[in-house]
Amino acid sequence: MEDYVIEMLHITKEFPGIIANDDITLQLKRGEIHALLGENGAGKSTLMSVLFGLYTPEKGVIKKDGKEVKITNPNDATDLGIGMVHQHFMLVEIFSVLDNIILGSEPSKFGFLTKAEARKKVLDLSNKYNLKVDPDAIIEDITVGMQQRVEILKMLYRDNDILIFDEPTAVLTPQEIEELMKIMKNLAAEGKSILFITHKLNEIMEVADRCSILRKGKYIGTVDVKNTTKEELSSMMVGRNVKFAVDKAEAKPAEEVLKVENVCVKSKLHSNDSVHNVSFNVRAGEIVCIAGIDGNGQTEFVGALTGLDDISSGKITLCGEDITNKSIRFKNTHGMSHIPEDRHKHGLVLNYTLQENMILQRYFEPVFSNKGLLKKAEMRKYSDKLSEEFDVRSGQGADTIVRAMSGGNQQKAIIAREMDREHKLLIAVQPTRGLDVGAIETIHKEIVKERDAGNAILLVSLELDEVMNLSDRILVMYEGEIVGEVDPKTTTLQELGLYMSGAKRNTGKEA
Amino acid sequence: MKENTSIFKKPGFQTLLASVLCAVLGIILGYIILLFMNPEHAAEGMFAILRNFFKFAGNQKKLMNAMGSIFVKSVPVILCAEAILFAYKTGLFNIGCAGQYTVGIIASLYTALALHWSWILCVLSAILAGALWGAICGFFKAYCNVNEVIAGIMLNWIALYVCNIILGNKTVMNTTKSETYPVKDASLLPAFLSEFFGKNKYMTIAVPLTIIIAIAILWVLNQTTFGYELKATGHSKDAAKYAGMNAKRNIILSLVISGAIAGMAAGLYYLTGIEHYKIASSVPGMGFSGIAVAFLGGLHPIGTIFAGLFVTYITQGGQYLNTNYYNPQVADLMIAIIIYLCGFVLFFKTIINKPKKIVTTTSSDNNAADKTADKKEV
Repeated sequence: MEDYVIEMLHITKEFPGIIANDDITLQLKRGEIHALLGENGAGKSTLMSVLFGLYTPEKGVIKKDGKEVKITNPNDATDLGIGMVHQHFMLVEIFSVLDNIILGSEPSKFGFLTKAEARKKVLDLSNKYNLKVDPDAIIEDITVGMQQRVEILKMLYRDNDILIFDEPTAVLTPQEIEELMKIMKNLAAEGKSILFITHKLNEIMEVADRCSILRKGKYIGTVDVKNTTKEELSSMMVGRNVKFAVDKAEAKPAEEVLKVENVCVKSKLHSNDSVHNVSFNVRAGEIVCIAGIDGNGQTEFVGALTGLDDISSGKITLCGEDITNKSIRFKNTHGMSHIPEDRHKHGLVLNYTLQENMILQRYFEPVFSNKGLLKKAEMRKYSDKLSEEFDVRSGQGADTIVRAMSGGNQQKAIIAREMDREHKLLIAVQPTRGLDVGAIETIHKEIVKERDAGNAILLVSLELDEVMNLSDRILVMYEGEIVGEVDPKTTTLQELGLYMSGAKRNTGKEA
Repeated sequence: MKENTSIFKKPGFQTLLASVLCAVLGIILGYIILLFMNPEHAAEGMFAILRNFFKFAGNQKKLMNAMGSIFVKSVPVILCAEAILFAYKTGLFNIGCAGQYTVGIIASLYTALALHWSWILCVLSAILAGALWGAICGFFKAYCNVNEVIAGIMLNWIALYVCNIILGNKTVMNTTKSETYPVKDASLLPAFLSEFFGKNKYMTIAVPLTIIIAIAILWVLNQTTFGYELKATGHSKDAAKYAGMNAKRNIILSLVISGAIAGMAAGLYYLTGIEHYKIASSVPGMGFSGIAVAFLGGLHPIGTIFAGLFVTYITQGGQYLNTNYYNPQVADLMIAIIIYLCGFVLFFKTIINKPKKIVTTTSSDNNAADKTADKKEV
């Protein structure tokens, strides 16, 4: 008889049009790190929401220490010692670290807060698990990695012994990821049981003891990580063999499509430029990638390029036309497609249906409107066509409210829209963020196809694998400047790392 | 049973059900209040409110006349609700509707009483005044990032005092009665089915115009690229910007249109001659009742018409209360309760959803999705 802390047996949860969880069984042993692996929309988050009491399943039972329990709301879950670090942190930005940790279970005497005890407990926990935080720092001032440690401390402070991490590494830098892995191992060694939701195989191989795989709402199996390989995991996850390398022929760069000269962007936070004197060009038929650690001016640069933010000086030329101070509408209709970094903020109107989102930049074109009237039939046809081509899955087809779609399918919808729009230049910012290997493979293929069709592609990515696999030229951005241009065929990850951390620069274009 | 569920899963039906539930609960609570005030006559009082003008059932002419009055009086509240609804659909909470309505009163009555313009010009000036008031609000929102609620509330009071000053002028105000003079025939709106409604002279083209406006709003919001753009801006300013829409222009336009409808509401009411403007110390409540009516109408342009009629019906019902026992304001109190309950429309919707299998309903999907908006990987 195995010692299971939590068992979820035969869980079934349906949504309109979709069975999100179909007879799923997940058993978590005491003191193990158990990875939950699955594509976008495989049902991982739904399953965790069931465990957390946010959804009530139609079928199935949950057992804690072998006894059946009913979890109908998050409070029940907390009472059972289940804690969760959400993908998007649940912290009060203007509160201090300590205040955030005690929030919801504030120690008090006669209605007055007694923070001294709380502080001691937090510091003890912080030392015990090596979770370095400053209890008096304000959340909005500290790094994302530290915010995550606050989230972890929040769970520990409540004496939770079942910890759920929902894609914890999505927002972290490589160094912070390494740190987190250590912390997780530490926690497991102290007897905590960890459920680790992810679709990054490397991380599973590194920390997890066992791994359960879901695919399209169904339970595929549970494997011991020791006895498996990345390849096996990925084929279980997507149901076929996945190639990690991208197949592509030699690039055949043709005429210059985008030319950026001495672009500067003023920072909103400090007096320096957040983008300083950036110049480069992108030619038709090549993929140029801007690599760099998050927060080195990539977002601001893309903002200036696409028109979402103001540019302070410099010149941008698209297909021979000066577009420096042109409107977004002008850029959209003159050959620029943009897959934005933040799909919820910019890429989609979340309360609109899929078909309404598919025509976001084109609604006024004669194809979709006639004298100011929308052509509903055309919209539907177009949306269905794109969904078919790019395998965008949704509960109610063209009428699905985009908010109700999974993150991966939302991203695919944006990509479909941007690729299908008439364009010469595709700006893809983190196009595969939050996607699983299967979807990444498809999107990479599409991007290469774009290139071979003679379009220019500017890729901005934080994922080094993606940078190395996909690009024909790599520009490295560090503190708002392009500090080097390297050829992915001759460079190494180490060299790229040196440029990205500012330890090395070359400004000449000897290549 | 099968057919039942298929109606049930329509979000529109659920909204309707929730709104009706609000109204019924409001009436029940109103009855309880009547019980508290005077238990012996509570049932009688309630009956009087609900029976309303049907007490004239024996007299065809009087009955139709009273019914006409309800239609006439519901015009401004329905139009204010449409104004609020329009702004709301585009992501703006136009609480300044009351002020836009007030400048509508100024414009329509001043042009009618002091300048003796014809009715069409009077209505147009009311529309323009409302639009201008909306534009000011929109300008501050778009260019200075001033919340439209704050700007709206301040503009409401400005409108009120301007109104008292301009309409307090001797040429338009009968200072002994401290209310405006009656509107001359040339400035009165043309009659509409006046004969049919028991020679109700206040029955004018305002009533059909209101219905046309409601349909036009529905059409603009759902069928046109203009509506598409406005709604997109309302839902997400950032996404609208990304799509190349002019978010600032859209915000202003949306408030201009909303203001125009509110201004029109005032024109279409005061130019029937049914009421005279009296110097007031507070902003006319019409704009605020409009908020409630819009919500009670399930934020649907057509639903709003029925909600407006219902609210006017109950308010008017207060007149039929026996004043020996009750103050007619009890009806207002009931409306207030119903309005308060409107806030629960969504709550009722969830309750309606609960007992049946949630699986089949579309709106439960949206609710569930909203709840987990931050972590979606269904």
